[in-house]
Amino acid sequence: MSDEKVIEIQNLSKQFKEVKAVDRLNLNVYKGDVFGFLGPNGAGKSTTIRMLLTLINPNEGHIKLFGKSLWENRIEILKQVGAIVEKPDFYGYLSAYKNLEILGKLSGSSISSKRIMEVLEIVGLEKRYKSKVKTYSHGMKQRLGIAQSLLHDPDLIILDEPTTGLDPQGMKEIRELIIYLSKEKQKTIFLSTHILYEVELVANRMIIINKGSAQVEGRVEELLNSEELKVTFQVDDDLKAKKLINETGWVNKLDSSVNGKLIFNLSPSEIPLLNKYFVENNLLVSAVIPMRSLEEFFLKLTEKES
Amino acid sequence: MITLVNIELYKIFKKWRTYIGFIAIGVLVPIIQIAIMIEGEETINFMTRDLQQSFIFVGNLLNGYLISYFILNSLTVHIPFLIALVAGDLLAGEATSGTYRILITRPVSRTKLVASKFAAGLIYTCMLVLWLVVMSMGLGIAIFGVGELIVLKSSVVIIFARDDILWRFLAGYGFAALSMAVVASLAFLFSSLVENAIGPIVSTMAVIIVFVIISAIRIDIFDKIQPFLFTTYMNSWRLFFDDPVDFSEIIKSASILLGHIVIFFGLTAFIFKRKDILS
Repeated sequence: MSDEKVIEIQNLSKQFKEVKAVDRLNLNVYKGDVFGFLGPNGAGKSTTIRMLLTLINPNEGHIKLFGKSLWENRIEILKQVGAIVEKPDFYGYLSAYKNLEILGKLSGSSISSKRIMEVLEIVGLEKRYKSKVKTYSHGMKQRLGIAQSLLHDPDLIILDEPTTGLDPQGMKEIRELIIYLSKEKQKTIFLSTHILYEVELVANRMIIINKGSAQVEGRVEELLNSEELKVTFQVDDDLKAKKLINETGWVNKLDSSVNGKLIFNLSPSEIPLLNKYFVENNLLVSAVIPMRSLEEFFLKLTEKES
Repeated sequence: MITLVNIELYKIFKKWRTYIGFIAIGVLVPIIQIAIMIEGEETINFMTRDLQQSFIFVGNLLNGYLISYFILNSLTVHIPFLIALVAGDLLAGEATSGTYRILITRPVSRTKLVASKFAAGLIYTCMLVLWLVVMSMGLGIAIFGVGELIVLKSSVVIIFARDDILWRFLAGYGFAALSMAVVASLAFLFSSLVENAIGPIVSTMAVIIVFVIISAIRIDIFDKIQPFLFTTYMNSWRLFFDDPVDFSEIIKSASILLGHIVIFFGLTAFIFKRKDILS
């Protein structure tokens, strides 16, 4: 990651009749970032992505991509951007190969057959390249959507719900692909998703938006570490464990206990300390399971807001 | 731009609906030709009944040219539907299938996109009219041969010598293609407004039917409106079958139709450029 801004959004707003979908949104995405873009349904994520891709005109605000004003340099900028927006829709009456060939021709650079097959191989569709897209399952279309976003080897990849409709194996593969594109190919990735666990796994920076405006933005690690999480300690003698913690301040951190499992509200730095305390007092700790995910963090934030 | 037009043409001709027009013409025209083969002589006799008292008609009057003339007369009613079927789908079809998103996120200007779709729509229109030429005139001449052309005007019957006919047909079909291009432009305009192809097709046909009815009813107020309706000029191909041909009237009609095409396309480009893609 560098200081070079790839996406710069300033005071971006979009109103649809009575509804303000995006309200003075500001965000920055830096080169090499895997940027998680989170928010509940109707938060304004898709509207923002559509404005980033010139599908929708903003009412107010500025968008700069690669340091240039988006609307004034639209064509030049879009040559460096690959995207999937919401559902992966294609020309169903054409084959996957033909769809990519057409999109390649529209991408402003010559895309070879080899490259088309290469991206189909990346997403595991090389054996079905001749099949008409209307015969594809949703998951296959989703993969094809990712293939088309990679086709012209863009520097910035915008992925809107890329794992929707995929099976667990497919989801894992997409996450690995995102990491590969970021680490090996130095791509900047803007990832919007409802599966918040994904952001936790792949993103280095993130923003949470609600009702069109930013709630929190920063490094994923820092945001996670700043909050307490639920941690389950599985011990051999829960009664002894309870007695031990009653003698200390840890008792204030105890949330509940069920079947030999003690659930604490702890900050990440407190987990090893409590573990050490149990072990030093001759308790066998068979498992320490952190339960707090970004999901919980996300819900906490949006609940506070509402 | 050529690449974009080629892509649009490829997409058009990969769709089943595109061939409905060609199939319809391919089926209907031979049916009309068979009907004329059976009852054509009676029609000719009816058309020339007054003249037969003073003249003797010899030669092949029931020929390919006459068939073409009959078929061209049906143009304003039937062919627009076949044109609207494809032109109305050009933009709305992308919205329906959700492919606007992958199309507009490519580094191509919206103006170029809309222009290439429009050009492809016009090419389809010309191809359909050309197919009509092949079926009506080509097949007509193959079956019925050539001869003089009898044209029944409101008060006179004009007979054109066989060496004076072909250019009139070529010009007439050319003009018909221009008329159909107006229909395509209108359907294309409606196509930019909605996200379902049925709407533009129905709207285009509704406009044409209403305008044709207004043009046909002889009421003072409608007479004042008629000069402003494009349908009034769609049958001006018939002017090529006057003797002498009034070229100034043809140029006027062609200019008005051309003006409509420019206005309809201009509006479409304006709307499309500002359109929020929400599909």
